[in-house]
Amino acid sequence: MTRALRVHATGPLALVQDLGRRGLSGVGVGRSGAADRGALRQLNRALANPDDAAAVEVTFGGLDVEVLDEGLWCCVTGAPGAVRVDGRDVGSHAVFFAEPGSRLVLDRPSAGLRSYLGVRGGVAADEVLGSRASDVLSGLGPAPLAAGDVLPVGTPGKRFPEVDSVTAPDLTGEVVLRAVRGPRDGWVEDVDALVASTWSVTERSNRVGMRLGGQTLHPARDQQLPSEGAWRGAVQVPPSGEPVLFLADHPVTGGYPVVAVVVDADVDRAAQLRPGDPVRFRWVEAP
Amino acid sequence: MTPSRVELLPYGDRAVLVELGSTAEAVAYAAALRARDAGAVGEIVPAARTVLAVASDGFAVSDLRQVLADVSPEPDASGRDDSPLVEVPVTYDGEDLADVADLTGLTVAEVVAAHTGQTWRVAFGGFAPGFGYLLGEDERLHVPRRAESRTRVPAGAVGLAGEYSGIYPRASPGGWQLIGRTDATLWDLDRDPAALLSPGVRVRFVDVAS
Repeated sequence: MTRALRVHATGPLALVQDLGRRGLSGVGVGRSGAADRGALRQLNRALANPDDAAAVEVTFGGLDVEVLDEGLWCCVTGAPGAVRVDGRDVGSHAVFFAEPGSRLVLDRPSAGLRSYLGVRGGVAADEVLGSRASDVLSGLGPAPLAAGDVLPVGTPGKRFPEVDSVTAPDLTGEVVLRAVRGPRDGWVEDVDALVASTWSVTERSNRVGMRLGGQTLHPARDQQLPSEGAWRGAVQVPPSGEPVLFLADHPVTGGYPVVAVVVDADVDRAAQLRPGDPVRFRWVEAP
Repeated sequence: MTPSRVELLPYGDRAVLVELGSTAEAVAYAAALRARDAGAVGEIVPAARTVLAVASDGFAVSDLRQVLADVSPEPDASGRDDSPLVEVPVTYDGEDLADVADLTGLTVAEVVAAHTGQTWRVAFGGFAPGFGYLLGEDERLHVPRRAESRTRVPAGAVGLAGEYSGIYPRASPGGWQLIGRTDATLWDLDRDPAALLSPGVRVRFVDVAS
């Protein structure tokens, strides 16, 4: 009996993700992991998996997988939308049992960008440096899923899911990200311009970073900033003046000033923004 | 080494950026922080003048600040001469070799002699898996990054930028001045450690033409 999923279609991008690689920044390996960590944790709690079990991160729907010859407990979290099991919509944020041979299809989400399909036992793709995360910047971890792939599913623990649904996030409405002034806030002429205007998420956004357009921040200095460490949530301003908000697969060092850092809890929400969505920032005090 | 300056800069609600006076001080500070083995410290990212410290899951940034306030770097442990020495064979035919000669006032032969004639040390990693920022012993090869980045630098390209030398582990965009290339495997997941040039390692470049 094989516990596995066969991939029939992936939509724009489907990746295996867990909570990422730790302690390897010194050799240039970033954390990576689920872009919306909260959604992955919620998924694993719902399925009685360990917090860091791997799941499939589905960008803008379109995933179509077949359950091979052992039935699986499943759940979809993150961006909400229809989840069809052999054509019948079971909904996202619901725990369900998928029979052997059944087909699971994730429609385009009704709001948000990234959904997570989890299975009890976790996706058991090969680990690289202690994680199954797929890092699109470094190329580490499992390759993006493609039609024909068979994804092994791990052996579940003794616990079973205790809930049949979890709360879906509200991913509609205007997004205001809380941010702390960054270590290099003096490297742009007027850092308050970041919070004074509404930005637009550009098409050139991905898991590495969300590029913001609509206006620009003006560099205040001609010098080059020496390379320095970077972290998820950092808002970096390259010479073009269009800010980049670092997401899960950001580089570990950078040469451009970090003028603000989005509060950790709000980065998951940022990762659910679609190209074209408006976004604003609000200053909060450093803790 | 008592650092000439240690400044804790805000970096959101999970991290603190520690600014120091030099790369050597940043390397020593990162080593001292690592040696503390404190639970509050999750990730340590040393760089040119800074060390980014990130709180472990379950710890607050205030816990991290307490640890950082207590760190006192020891004399530079990475400067011991029993660190591993890696020889890297290089073909010196990089596209920017002539520009580097102009910028430094040396001849091309003198650039090659200066690059092969000093012992370099991996100060810190970053940029890409397996990329090490190498600090040398003399200042003659200090050159700025190229005004325009290249969209693609091939794997194995040996470059100079600021006070550093480095080797691209795989093809990527890059703005360093390219002086040569090597066949050395810089990153291999089947090797332990995967990075040939991990922090602390000493490096001698060898001119394959000579």
